[in-house]
Amino acid sequence: MNAFNSGDEGFTPSPRSSAGDTASLRPPVRGAWFDPIFEYLCLSAATLLLASLGGLVISLAIGGWPALSHFGWSFFTSTTWNPVTDVYGAAGAIAGTLITSFVALALALPVAIGIAVYLVEFCPRAIARPIAIAVELLAGIPSIVYGMWGLFIFAPLFAEYVQMPLMMNAAPGSLAEKLFAGIPNGANILSASIILSIMILPYMAAVLRELLMTVPPQVREAAYGLGCTPFEVVTSVIVPYIKRGMIGVVMLGLGRALGETMAVTFVIGNAHGFPDSIFASGATLASTIANEFTEATGDLHTSALIALGLVLFIITFTVLALARLLLSSQKY
Amino acid sequence: MIDLADTATPAAAIMNEPPYDELVLEARNVDFFYGKNQALFGVDLPVRRNAITALIGPSGCGKSTLLRVLNRIYALYPGQRAVGRVVLDGEDVLHEQRRLPWLRKRVSMVMETQTGADPIEEEQVLRVGTDLARLRARVGMVFQKPTPFPMSIYDNIAFGVRIYHRKSKAEMDEIVETALRRAALWDEVKDKLHSPGLGLSGGQQQRLCVARGIAVEPEVLLLDEPASALDPISTAKLEETLVELKKDFTVVIVTHNLQQAARIADYTGFMFLGRMIEFGPTNDLFLQPKSDKTRDYVTGRFG
Ligand SMILES: Nc1ncnc2c1ncn2[C@@H]1O[C@H](COP(=O)(O)OP(=O)(O)OP(=O)(O)O)[C@@H](O)[C@H]1O
Ligand SMILES: [Mg+2]
Repeated sequence: MNAFNSGDEGFTPSPRSSAGDTASLRPPVRGAWFDPIFEYLCLSAATLLLASLGGLVISLAIGGWPALSHFGWSFFTSTTWNPVTDVYGAAGAIAGTLITSFVALALALPVAIGIAVYLVEFCPRAIARPIAIAVELLAGIPSIVYGMWGLFIFAPLFAEYVQMPLMMNAAPGSLAEKLFAGIPNGANILSASIILSIMILPYMAAVLRELLMTVPPQVREAAYGLGCTPFEVVTSVIVPYIKRGMIGVVMLGLGRALGETMAVTFVIGNAHGFPDSIFASGATLASTIANEFTEATGDLHTSALIALGLVLFIITFTVLALARLLLSSQKY
Repeated sequence: MIDLADTATPAAAIMNEPPYDELVLEARNVDFFYGKNQALFGVDLPVRRNAITALIGPSGCGKSTLLRVLNRIYALYPGQRAVGRVVLDGEDVLHEQRRLPWLRKRVSMVMETQTGADPIEEEQVLRVGTDLARLRARVGMVFQKPTPFPMSIYDNIAFGVRIYHRKSKAEMDEIVETALRRAALWDEVKDKLHSPGLGLSGGQQQRLCVARGIAVEPEVLLLDEPASALDPISTAKLEETLVELKKDFTVVIVTHNLQQAARIADYTGFMFLGRMIEFGPTNDLFLQPKSDKTRDYVTGRFG
């Protein structure tokens, strides 16, 4: 973060021509007068960003403080979220957020890699471009559209063809029965994860494709030149070549999934508490905020919702920071 | 086996002594196109087994392009196209059977009864996919630009070997060491075998790539200016290695260093503007060139 403000003292372009004697030898560069101004413009842009980020964190902290101080640690460990009795615990929403995001990532990543590798390595040029453009367009679809599609089309089909058969066929008292328990309406943790994965899929595929295209053709040629099959080239040379970037893609996808609000709110069922089966209704941090903010009346309720925002911010920030850490510890 | 002797190719015309049975690889009348740009015009190149064949010629004359045809690396790019024949041990490697081989065979059998076409030729074309990989395993290539893989120095070499053979740790250590010694790189990297190959200097990377190419032991090794970034001592060591490798491999080397060609090559081809101007035993080409262009080039009057 402080890479931005290293400009203010660490690096000052030394105008040697001001020493007098060299000035006569070489006329100053014509645009030189603009340089300091340019530097300050960049600095103020960076400062603005940091200031607004700082302001955001501080106001979240202040807004969430009443709830946090009232409930203490139990705000993070309790799964009870009850606006009627004014008792708020975020554990259910935190779990919902993490579970749906990681499941979505696990579902989307292999497919995204497959799409990107196919487009770059195998697909005939003539159709690779249109497909790539289509993928990028898909990535730009607003999430509320995914949410509506999920609620009206996907959830009923999911309930009828996946949830029901699984529930019906689970032996009573078995582990499967526990795992598949829930209201068969298609609005649950798993369908939210699937919708999320469909949502982040085109985005990840598009970024991965860009990444794959940065692999120098010579590296690819050298691998084929050794007699590698396309599979060996992709797995042993190309993927290692972009693995730094891949971690970035994973984290971006995860970041998007963590904060996604509308698509999830539509299909997760919006029930508080810790999800106890894959077909249980649940809630995420973002969906809880979206659902309740307009109707939050009590000060404590509002404060608890703001505290959820703070938690979401911290989780997302941690994920991105971890990504940085992983990236910088890469050897190659 | 295709009978090479009875086709009077231009290659036969410019060769001084033709022991055709020794040919391991031969390009015949190859045209090459980068999209619409033609880069090779009817090029012939006979490559003799266990000999070093050098290609010389001014920059941009098509030397790299010719190498890229020989192991079909150009096939990675849809716009690039070669016409003609490249024969490896009697097998045409330039054409491939795309799909429905049985249908092709039927058709060619019918065709044969009608036109007298040779049905064996159809059988000998390459199949797509694994065969292309097999071809490149037999005709290895070291490229003009060094391209270490994103792994350790050790793995850069072991990687290629692992594709073909399962080796014990000790065996692999030995293979890696031998390859690095042969490429005159061992002494510089023996203490940091497990650091990244991309961390080496340009000349070291070049030798690493040569070592990688040698380690997989191809029948024919294509080297595109393997010494362009090397100091005289490493160059001399590399040349020594190539001469020694002749016992087991066949080498085709592109070089801008005429002395290098004269020192190590048994045969030399001079290319100019996409054509093979002259090809023959190195001594003849340097001492009694038949073409004025060749004479001008080898005596340093142009290029
Ligand atoms: N990828 C490409 N697309 C289009 N034209 C190309 C491409 N690569 C090479 N060419 C053209 O083909 C011709 C032959 O190039 P090639 O690389 O074979 O020359 P070269 O003899 O290896 O030269 P050098 O000694 O500089 O390496 C040149 O005119 C070049 O402009
Ligand atoms: Mg070249």
